[in-house]
Amino acid sequence: MKTFALLATLATGILLLYGTRDFAPWGDPASPASSHVSRVYIERAVEETHVPNLVSAILGDYRSYDTMFETVVIYCAGLAVVSVLRRNRS
Amino acid sequence: MQQLLTEIVAKYNYWLYVVLMMIGFYAMIGKRNLVKKLLGMNIFQTAIILFYVSIGVKRGANIPIVDKHAALSHGIDAAQVINPLPHVLMLTAIVVSVSVTGVALAILVRIHREYGTLEEDEILEKISS
Amino acid sequence: MKLLQERAKGRPAGDSLIIRTSVRLLVPFIQLYGLYVIVHGHYSPGGGFQGGVVLGASFILLALAYDLKTSLRYMSEGANVLLGNAGVLIFIGIAVLCALLGGLFLDYAALARLIPMAAEEWRSFGIFLVELGVGLTVMSSMVSLFWDLASGGDMEEGL
Repeated sequence: MKTFALLATLATGILLLYGTRDFAPWGDPASPASSHVSRVYIERAVEETHVPNLVSAILGDYRSYDTMFETVVIYCAGLAVVSVLRRNRS
Repeated sequence: MQQLLTEIVAKYNYWLYVVLMMIGFYAMIGKRNLVKKLLGMNIFQTAIILFYVSIGVKRGANIPIVDKHAALSHGIDAAQVINPLPHVLMLTAIVVSVSVTGVALAILVRIHREYGTLEEDEILEKISS
Repeated sequence: MKLLQERAKGRPAGDSLIIRTSVRLLVPFIQLYGLYVIVHGHYSPGGGFQGGVVLGASFILLALAYDLKTSLRYMSEGANVLLGNAGVLIFIGIAVLCALLGGLFLDYAALARLIPMAAEEWRSFGIFLVELGVGLTVMSSMVSLFWDLASGGDMEEGL
């Protein structure tokens, strides 16, 4: 069991390390992650929302649908813990 | 060999996160104690969060909090500000990881109350008997 | 030394006059700081998630330094549930209100029909309202996670 786990871990790690070959070098300003939609966000967020903190602007405005269901997820987690654990005091 | 070394030096952060992820993954599938599995999952999540944050780095850029008046009058150069999108995604992912840990701990407390142990094989034995 | 050890064994962990007094003095400032982090999230690092965690941590600190009953006196179970529900309701209510007022879902600029302001100003203000809801929800679920996990669900005695 332990050797199987070790082998599976090593196989996954080697595959992922092989996958890093296709990444851009660290800190490259022209990497794919920072050249498509995030460029538009950075250039237009301040004039469209008047919020200097770009993270807040994206979190609350451009990606607020994501944030809304994130809030629902936390709420459901609290609800689940209460319903799993809490016992009635009598 | 020379090529491999330059590759590692250019992307050593990704290599470190893969090693961190392997530690978490081994704890998740190799350990028998359920709390250790949960801690392995947390390490795994930390590796992924670090990975995403390091995707957003741009060399020589500033934090994504800009001067409002300068931005309104001159506009912003996207190369001067690091990518805020991975930060947003990971901000929500951290909170989800806390929620997942909380729910998992609650279920572990219930399991311990029911079976008196957190070892996987002992629980399976008690279920089958 | 022996006497000190025996005396320490008799009482719950963290039960010391210094810790209690400093926590009692610190908790209002921690809560104020949490509100600052939520409200000032537009201009500095911060926002609903971080501020909510700081607010929740103040109640958890009370429960750690005193006991669970004391934190229940400052923040009752009912109030906690109420605040968590109110947070989600603020977020989804604003989203639905935008849709009802003729804009898109979560398009804060549509709220200008209620209070006339520029579209950019409304988007900035809408982010603040939404972050307030997020902060309330995060605070409530952090506190309730701690209560239930520390006491095993019966809310009698914590750590």
